[in-house]
Amino acid sequence: MRRRFLPVMPALTLFVMLGPVMAGLWGTVLPAFGHLPAAGLYGPSLDPFRALFDWPGLPRAALLSVTTGFAATLISLSIVMLLLAGWSGTRPFRVLERLLSPLLSVPHAAAAFGLAFLIAPSGWLARLLSPWATGWDRPLDLLIVQDSWGLTMTAGMIMKELPFLMLIALAALGQAQAHSSLKIAQALGYRRLTGWLKTVFPQVYAQIRPPVYVVLAYAMSVVDVAVILGPNTPPTLSVQIVKWMSDPDLAMRLLAAAGALVQLGLVIGALLIWWLGENVVARLGRRWIAAGGRGKCDPILAYSSLFAGGASAIAVLLGICVLAVWSFAGFWGFPDALPDTLTLRNWVRHGPGTWDALTETAVIAFVVGLSALVLTIGCLEAEYRHGLRVTQRGVWLLYLPLLIPQTAFLPGLQTLMLGVGADMGRFPVMLVHLVFVLPYVFLSLSDPFRAWDARMGTIASALGAGPDAVLWRVRLPMLLRPILTALAVGIAVSVGQYLATLLIGGGRVTTLTTEAVALSSGGDRRAIGVYGLMQTGAALIPFTLALFIPAFVWRNRKGLSHA
Amino acid sequence: MRDGLVLRDIEIFKGQHQLLAVSHHVQPGQVLTIMGPSGVGKSTLLSFVTGTLARDFSARGSVWLDGRDITHAAPHQRRVGILFQDDLLFPHLSVGANLAFGLARGGTAVARQAKVAEALAEVNMDDFADRDPATLSGGQKARVALMRMLLSDPCALLLDEPFSRLDAALRAQVRDLVFARAKARGLPVLLVTHDAEDAAAAGGDIITLAAR
Repeated sequence: MRRRFLPVMPALTLFVMLGPVMAGLWGTVLPAFGHLPAAGLYGPSLDPFRALFDWPGLPRAALLSVTTGFAATLISLSIVMLLLAGWSGTRPFRVLERLLSPLLSVPHAAAAFGLAFLIAPSGWLARLLSPWATGWDRPLDLLIVQDSWGLTMTAGMIMKELPFLMLIALAALGQAQAHSSLKIAQALGYRRLTGWLKTVFPQVYAQIRPPVYVVLAYAMSVVDVAVILGPNTPPTLSVQIVKWMSDPDLAMRLLAAAGALVQLGLVIGALLIWWLGENVVARLGRRWIAAGGRGKCDPILAYSSLFAGGASAIAVLLGICVLAVWSFAGFWGFPDALPDTLTLRNWVRHGPGTWDALTETAVIAFVVGLSALVLTIGCLEAEYRHGLRVTQRGVWLLYLPLLIPQTAFLPGLQTLMLGVGADMGRFPVMLVHLVFVLPYVFLSLSDPFRAWDARMGTIASALGAGPDAVLWRVRLPMLLRPILTALAVGIAVSVGQYLATLLIGGGRVTTLTTEAVALSSGGDRRAIGVYGLMQTGAALIPFTLALFIPAFVWRNRKGLSHA
Repeated sequence: MRDGLVLRDIEIFKGQHQLLAVSHHVQPGQVLTIMGPSGVGKSTLLSFVTGTLARDFSARGSVWLDGRDITHAAPHQRRVGILFQDDLLFPHLSVGANLAFGLARGGTAVARQAKVAEALAEVNMDDFADRDPATLSGGQKARVALMRMLLSDPCALLLDEPFSRLDAALRAQVRDLVFARAKARGLPVLLVTHDAEDAAAAGGDIITLAAR
């Protein structure tokens, strides 16, 4: 049974991952051209696009998507590269690395709320500095959060993408000959940061290109962060699409579909521009290398990147702290630094609601994470046994669901499901979560799985163990830690899903994330604190377990303590 | 039928390029030593015999073990034991569980435990069954690896430079132990090495592969 099942695993995985994306795009194209039988509309027509271009907010909404996306990607990538260039291998770097890696799993929504609670005019920073330093005894009348340029939203995205790019870049660094290249450059009289940029950066960047594209596509079309931190009049295009989708008037879906296609076009255009930019930078870079400068501004760049990286990490941590404080806050007047009283009342009031949402979140995340893990191990084992290796093009397929903006295919998928009368609810939500979870689980597990010493397998089969026994009795136990880490990654990704849960759940699936984001318009900081904290915990606790379970199970096995 | 290990007209190719050609009959209790510079395909020959030849290689010829043609048998059904230069003890299992891994299925738990204890006693490692393999010395690991392989009751023994990680004193000791056990069980041995001393100690035929 297994033997016949295993070779189809790669195809099955690709289908599970790409099927919903393709179906969703199809479901977007039809209504975008005026075809929506459910509403008694038959196309093709260009009316939806006419209506879209008549919407006065469109230029501004589209521009916001583009500027915030580019700014967030460019800035977070620059900070990560300068940090690696200036500091990798030093003590401050190790401290920062340890700070950043747990932050990777903090859900976007929780990080965004944390930032809002920090920097709003009535936020924690203003409270900590008032009135003794600022003289304010009431919050300034200033639009910081949801500013019309999307600056705060960009900052929120940078905060979250920084740890992601850092982790990806560190993995790539292991494969580049970073240490020796840098040594040689330094021996030739280059300062460390310039030497790194001129010798190591090209190798590292070549490897991290797909995830950088993912960050750009994601930052351009993110919904939850934009709802919490982004501008309102008009919002970004993605947020507007979701608003149209939730309009009871079915005809608005046509507008949403047309907007979704424009969003897709914007992302494709932005990816093309980024690609052109890569070529320009490469050309300029070659000239810069040939000019032979040894790096005059190194210290400034190095210290500013360290400051930016540190500030970003601290902002996320402080943000979680302020969520915690608000969740226990009784009366808290401005400009007091802390609440007058701490109380459990908020938790008691929201307890039952959070408990239901937590159960739903946990069930979905665990089932999805486990399914992704099984598919991933199946693919990797098929590759090992049958040589079904993923090619370079296959790697791009893996990134495809992350490159196509969620707002481009999720609305279409919902429309399609309504059209065929499919039931919205928990199971479809799981299937769609799997689309986003699978790539991350695969990327997390593939390196350690492939790095496993195949001679262990030879030895085990020489001792009479069949292929299944080698897998279950030797390979999987030895890989317990990376396997649990991959599962934790999958759970964290599922916990953080907002749009997929909202649209495909049809309003009937309530997770911590949908609840938290829904609270953002009400501005009840205590409720947001409770839900944000629960959400963070739901994503972080699996990571903690992924560290402690292997350490406990293999406590008497030194050979696996740092595997 | 004890007939030893027959390598019949074996040729191994990487793409179109022939890496090596070997034809030899290793009698039970005898050692065939394959020597040659690194990269010449010595270990590739062993992986052909164990049935784990990497996909970018192809091979012609056949392998016979005690009168059975095992050329196309699954790796775990060949009954060919192998030792590498690293001990490759399973890090998640205790010493005793490592040894029991190779024991054929069946028998009571007590009987299996007794066999493991007996094997440990044979190499003067009584009471090591519950130890973590990572805490053993280099020589102890090598002995456990040898006994683990022998407990699986193989019909032939392949050695892929198994002594090259050991220091000089230990090396002779482990080498003598391995050859003595193989001889006692009447196993044909295929040894790959680039150390002339190993070859001399093995005392059998020597094939030297040249780089092509």
